[in-house]
Order: sequence, then C-alpha cells, then structure tokens
Amino acid sequence: MGAELNDYLPVLLTILIAGGLAGAFIVLSAVIGKRARNASPRRDTPYECGMPIITDAHSRFSVKFYLVAMLFILFDIEVVFLYPWAVVFDDLPATLIFTEMAVFIVILLAGWLFMVKKGVLRWEKAE
Amino acid sequence: MDFWIDDIGWPFIKIFIIANVALMMVALLVWAERRVAALIQDRLGPNRVGPLGLLQPVADVIKLFLKEDLTPGHVNRPFFIIAPALTMMPAIISLAVIPFGASLIIADLDIGILFIFAISSLAVYGITIGGWASNSKYSLLGGIRSTAQMISYEICLGLSVIGVFMLSKSLRLQDVVLMQGDGIWLFGEHYTGIMGKILDWNIFKQPIGFILFMIAGFAETNRTPFDLAEAEQELAAGFHTEFSSMKFALYFLGEYAAMISIGAITVTLYLGGWTFFGLENLGGSFSWLTQILIFAVKLLALQFFFIWVRWTIPRFRYDQLMRLGWQVLLPIGLANILLTGVLKLIFKV
Repeated sequence: MGAELNDYLPVLLTILIAGGLAGAFIVLSAVIGKRARNASPRRDTPYECGMPIITDAHSRFSVKFYLVAMLFILFDIEVVFLYPWAVVFDDLPATLIFTEMAVFIVILLAGWLFMVKKGVLRWEKAE
Repeated sequence: MDFWIDDIGWPFIKIFIIANVALMMVALLVWAERRVAALIQDRLGPNRVGPLGLLQPVADVIKLFLKEDLTPGHVNRPFFIIAPALTMMPAIISLAVIPFGASLIIADLDIGILFIFAISSLAVYGITIGGWASNSKYSLLGGIRSTAQMISYEICLGLSVIGVFMLSKSLRLQDVVLMQGDGIWLFGEHYTGIMGKILDWNIFKQPIGFILFMIAGFAETNRTPFDLAEAEQELAAGFHTEFSSMKFALYFLGEYAAMISIGAITVTLYLGGWTFFGLENLGGSFSWLTQILIFAVKLLALQFFFIWVRWTIPRFRYDQLMRLGWQVLLPIGLANILLTGVLKLIFKV
C-alpha cells in the first residue's frame, strides 16, 4: 500500500465506526423495543392526519426539481474547478492566472444569467 | 504486529472516542436547544430530570430505545431501514479531517476540504431515500423539497470557502488553521502586533465568504430559517413523518451532528481553529488539552448562535429560499472570488 493510501486508513476506520454505531442503534431498538399486541391494521397505512387515503403517494411532482438537480451538477462541477486554481494562485504570473479565471467566471455568470432569464427558477408561476 | 497496533488499534480507539464525544455533544445540544428556546420564549424548559434538567436527553434516549420500532406495511423496507443511518453517518465521518489540536486529527488529508464536501453531500441521500421509501405524501414532499434545498445551497457552500484557500494556498485544514493568527501580511510587511494577529483570522479577511458560508450552513443542516424539510404546519413532520423509535432518533442525531460538523468546519476555516494568539501552547505537555478546550469554547459559542437564530427568525417561503440561493448567494459568491483575487494582487496579502 502506498504512503498516500495509508493516510486514508483512518478514514476507512471512521466509516466503519460510524456505520457500526448507526447499525447498532437500529438493531438495538428493534430488539429491545416493545411490540404491540393486537395492533390495529390502520397502523400500516400512511399517516395523513386521519383522512381517508385517496391516491398513491408516488405521484408526479414538479419538473422544477429535476431542473434544479441538473443545474446543481453543472454548477457544482464548475465550483470544483475553482479549487486547484485557488491553491496555485501565487505560483503563476498574477495577470495570467487572474485573467484566465476572470474569463471562466464571466462565462459561468453568462450561463447563470441565461438560466435566470429562462425563468428556470420562477417557482411562483403556475404550471 | 506493529501495523495492527499503530495503524489500526490506536486510530480505532481515537476515532471511537471522538465519535462518542460527538454523540454526547448532540445530547447536550438537544438539551441546550430546549433550554435556550425556553429562555427566549420566557418559559422554563426541561428542568425536572437531574440538575437543571441535564439528564433529560438520557431519559429521552432510553424512552426512544424502548418504544416500538414500527416499520409500517406500506413502506419500502430495505431503504426505510438504511435511510436514517445514511443521514447520521456523513456528519460523523466528516469530523475525521477536522484538526482539534496540533496533533489531534484523525486523518490529516491533503485534500481536507474536498473530502468534507464529498462526504457531507452524501447526507442528502438519507433524506431523499427516507422520503421516497416512506411511501407517504408528506414524506415525499418533504424529502424532495429538502433535496432541492440542500443541493442548491451546497454550491454556495463550495463557492464561499474558495477565498479562504486562495489565502492559505493549501486544502489541508491543518495548514488553514496554522496560517491564521500569526500576523497579517500587507504590502509585503508582516504585522505581528495584537491587532495584526486578530485581523489575520479568516473571518476578518473573508467577511463576505464567512456570511455566505454561515447562511449556506444553516440551509445545509435544515435549520430555521431554512427548515422547509419539516415545515410542521404544512407537512406534518416532512421526510421523517413515518419513522419511529431509534430510526427517528437517528434523523434527529444526524441533524444535530451535522450542526456540530458545520460548526467545527466554521471554527477551523474562519475562527482560527484550535489556536488563540499563543494561548494554545499553555500547559506544556498537556497543551493538547488547552487546544481542545479552545476549540470547544469556539464551537459551543457558534452552536449557541445556531440555536439563537432558530428561535428568533421565521421560516422562508420555498420560492424565496430558492431565489436566495440561486439568484443572490451564487453571484455574490462568484463576485467574492474575483474580489479576493483583486485585493490579493493589490495588498499582496
């Protein structure tokens, strides 16, 4: 195992411990929790404040949420591109590194402006 | 043999202690939340169980364990069972790269902050899967709302801290801590007076970034004013409507653990981490204890702020929330990066 990978060994242990704790909680409460006798069949229906249930819960929802997810992927990747740039900011000629990123951010802002003008984020508008 | 003791045994014990301390802090926070809420609303709050009601969380946990662990018939069983665990785990895992002291860090990764963002963004799965698997309308709406909210504000969270890393030139969190508080550089001169040292904290060098980070942090942890995931008046309890017993408690735990980890990241990035202008070396070979104490005081002050805001500010409407995230915070975050670049070139910080 390489030296770099050795750094990640504690991370693996943390994941195991966090998973173990969460698993222990779930199993323990299932084991020592009380169980109701003669439980009413109504317990197995979704909670809707006591109203009779008329439609399935997995109905269609607004396409807006899908658009938000797409935009998230686009913008989050752009954000990740900025990290290496931030770290090497001092190591390259100042004007070069600054103009390069200024161009990148301006293009990003243009895309953002297009998104806003398209009304992707207009939640209050009726479908 | 050495491998098993030095690389597995000791880290295992260390991580186990930190994870349990974090869980105990969650219990303390739940108590603090209820007491502070009572204080703000001019009532008493839990004060019967133990001195000052301090044993109230213990009583709550015992009660939750003894409650029936109900898995209703209409849910998607496997997802319903793992979803609460998926919410709680990321908050604990992201504590792995936080430096609590000069040598008190579980994994000193050179990509520290990227690791935190990679892990903490997984928390959204617990909420999405939980909301979907519950097969209930309230849960689904709460889950979807919360997913959209969390991924929207994650962009702001990522953008707001870039300024810090332009100054620190390293993504390793220990480097970010050490570069704060040793005096500010202006025009190639090093000011090491007390003012210079205080101004060297990133909260003063990156005020816009700090405010953006705090706002996004509130949204990421689903705290008021952004707690639309569980807007009680509209959605019963949101994504965890169908959960009971410890499964519900795991969501609860996850929320407060996320609050602790966001607080710990804020302390590390903006408030000087475990340092306090030389005070951190106090105590000789026990200075690690001083460092933990400094870190804890800063963290608890920040947690008080979280609670204070929750009981003071009303909830946003959903369209306002999304507009704030995408149309206000995002361009400000980008502008902050450009501004930091310009100022860095002018002042030669």
